[in-house]
Amino acid sequence: MATDLFQSPDYYQLDELLSEEHLLVREATRDWVKKEVTPIIEDYAQRAEFPKHIVNGLAEVGAFGPYIPQEYGGAGLDQISYGLMMQEIERGDSGVRSTCSVQSSLVMYPIYKYGNEEQRKKYLPKLASGEFLGCFGLTEPDHGSNPGGMITNFKDKGDHYLLNGAKMWISNAPFADIAVVWAKDETGRIHGLIVERGMEGFTTPETHNKWSLRASATGELVFDNVKVPKENLLPNKSGLGAPLGCLDSARFGIAWGAIGAAMDCYDTALRYAKERIQFEKPIASFQLQQKKLAEMITEITKAQLLTWRLGVLRNEDKATSAQISMAKRNNVDMALKIAREARQMLGGMGISGEYSIMRHMMNLESVVTYEGTHDIHLLITGMDVTGIPAFK
Amino acid sequence: MKILVCISHVPDTTSKINFADNNTAFDTAGVQFVINPYDEFGLTRALWIKEKQGGTVTVANVGTNVTDPTLRKALAIGADDAIRIDAEPTDAFFVAKQIAALVEENGYDLVICGQESIDYNGGQVPGLVAALLNWPFASPCTGLELDGTNATITREIDGGKEISKATLPIVIGGKKGLVEEKDLRIPNMRGIMTARTKPLLVRPAVDAEKRTTAVEYSKPEPKAAVKLIDKDNVEELVKLLHEEAKVI
Ligand SMILES: Cc1cc2nc3c(=O)[nH]c(=O)nc-3n(C[C@H](O)[C@H](O)[C@H](O)COP(=O)(O)OP(=O)(O)OC[C@H]3O[C@@H](n4cnc5c(N)ncnc54)[C@H](O)[C@@H]3O)c2cc1C
Repeated sequence: MATDLFQSPDYYQLDELLSEEHLLVREATRDWVKKEVTPIIEDYAQRAEFPKHIVNGLAEVGAFGPYIPQEYGGAGLDQISYGLMMQEIERGDSGVRSTCSVQSSLVMYPIYKYGNEEQRKKYLPKLASGEFLGCFGLTEPDHGSNPGGMITNFKDKGDHYLLNGAKMWISNAPFADIAVVWAKDETGRIHGLIVERGMEGFTTPETHNKWSLRASATGELVFDNVKVPKENLLPNKSGLGAPLGCLDSARFGIAWGAIGAAMDCYDTALRYAKERIQFEKPIASFQLQQKKLAEMITEITKAQLLTWRLGVLRNEDKATSAQISMAKRNNVDMALKIAREARQMLGGMGISGEYSIMRHMMNLESVVTYEGTHDIHLLITGMDVTGIPAFK
Repeated sequence: MKILVCISHVPDTTSKINFADNNTAFDTAGVQFVINPYDEFGLTRALWIKEKQGGTVTVANVGTNVTDPTLRKALAIGADDAIRIDAEPTDAFFVAKQIAALVEENGYDLVICGQESIDYNGGQVPGLVAALLNWPFASPCTGLELDGTNATITREIDGGKEISKATLPIVIGGKKGLVEEKDLRIPNMRGIMTARTKPLLVRPAVDAEKRTTAVEYSKPEPKAAVKLIDKDNVEELVKLLHEEAKVI
């Protein structure tokens, strides 16, 4: 890959809305990504391999649980800082950002919010330091958009729970040390359980041949009469709202992350268009190419404003799930469209691994599907404004 | 061991340079500021010394409050405290006076500056500080080893290097080689949070006259197009080198 010359656009002087600390968080994360992610990521994505060695670096920079309090190993930062970190990491690669989202919002968050003190003390510092990598098992082969229909279940066997079922499309599954698994009890109520690698009957086969998020490992979680100690049940919240609370946190990060991917595509296309000469002129001088660039920066700017406001609301604990859905849906769609347009602007070079655009484009096909599909988020907004659910 | 690292707040190397106020001032609009790269090598070396043999690392800057983020970043990287001397850094003598006064008041064992700042590249401050304090001085330093109060200093000289010894306290002007690029530290999130509670002291400037004034700035001539001369036409080449390029 060519050297990483990325410069972030700030068309509306939004940096003025950020604190000195936010800017430092963003700069530090960006510097880290330039040093550790961009030089290697294309190669790993081409080989469809997760760059395991960066887990330590991600932990060191503080990308695992940035908003988790310091006493549990996090940094205790605010939500805008978390968003900016996700933006910068996804600017590098959506797969690397996925690993951070899962670890922070889908594993550390439920343990912190729904776990007891022993569980927090036992797992959070190790997850923050990267000693443990976690995964989140909600989706099943027959229950994706409708997780409430899940069939994975556990039975109370007196001194332990007996867990059966299977989860599919689980990020980090193949090498996760622990899994936060959502399963139904005998009354059909959903609970979170912490399942550890090595428990008998628990396997994590890898899902191969993905054309998207190739630098992030995805797999299944298979539970065949797994004996889970009773102290591994997350006691403080149950019902579908529990996993959905985690998704709110992850989706918030994704709304920011998508801006990172979009900025990288825009920045690359802008630089290329000014340098690439056809018909004796830079292609940036043609109206059709300017239209693309002008629309890209307009959409990025709108998305930045949306997430900044959402970040303020979330800091004040006022952001609703529906507001988060709107931002996730809008921003990922915006990024995907920008990636496709930017790819065309680079002509043949756009499909090569010399540039990051095609990788972003393929990655975003997962991002637009996971954490609630593009359609489902629309239905959430629809339900929110009409009061009528249109899912069934 | 009390170490003072002088940090200047300079435009990022990718910045577009423009001038304001009738070409008498640097136009800071849209410019990103960073820790002077030469100072960053020195800061990292100071942190290594502290980690190996104990002590404190203080960072100082002469500047207005626009430089606070730069000092805060140095704190996030690992400095213990920061001091900002609240004044416009008008010229090298003024800045050196401020730093020398600070050193005299607080008593440091080692003052690490960069060999120069990449904004105006004067490279005078470290030498002036040493002169004002009457301390030994070495620059540009590519190596610094300490054994108690004995310092071994490696200095870059034309065509080689010079190794010298001095007894602390000393002032050095550092550069790459004090540590390497790969050793530079990116602040982590915990560091950024801790930096919130580390002291950043603002103190007034001492009286010092300003000895130089910038009259006008201008950009270098844009590079002219390359002229190709046929390899057989040596006469033309000589003529152009003489009359146009004026190098012979
Ligand atoms: C790379 C990757 C990583 C993932 N990581 C994780 C993870 O770590 N943990 C986890 O639990 N899950 C994970 N997922 C799963 C992801 O969340 C699901 O794929 C997603 O929720 C969609 O479910 P599905 O694939 O079963 O699609 P389906 O639910 O079958 O949807 C298929 C299509 O039908 C549409 N649709 C469904 N229902 C409706 C309706 N009521 N009205 C209108 N349209 C509808 C959808 O929008 C979609 O277009 C991951 C997925 C991918 C691709």
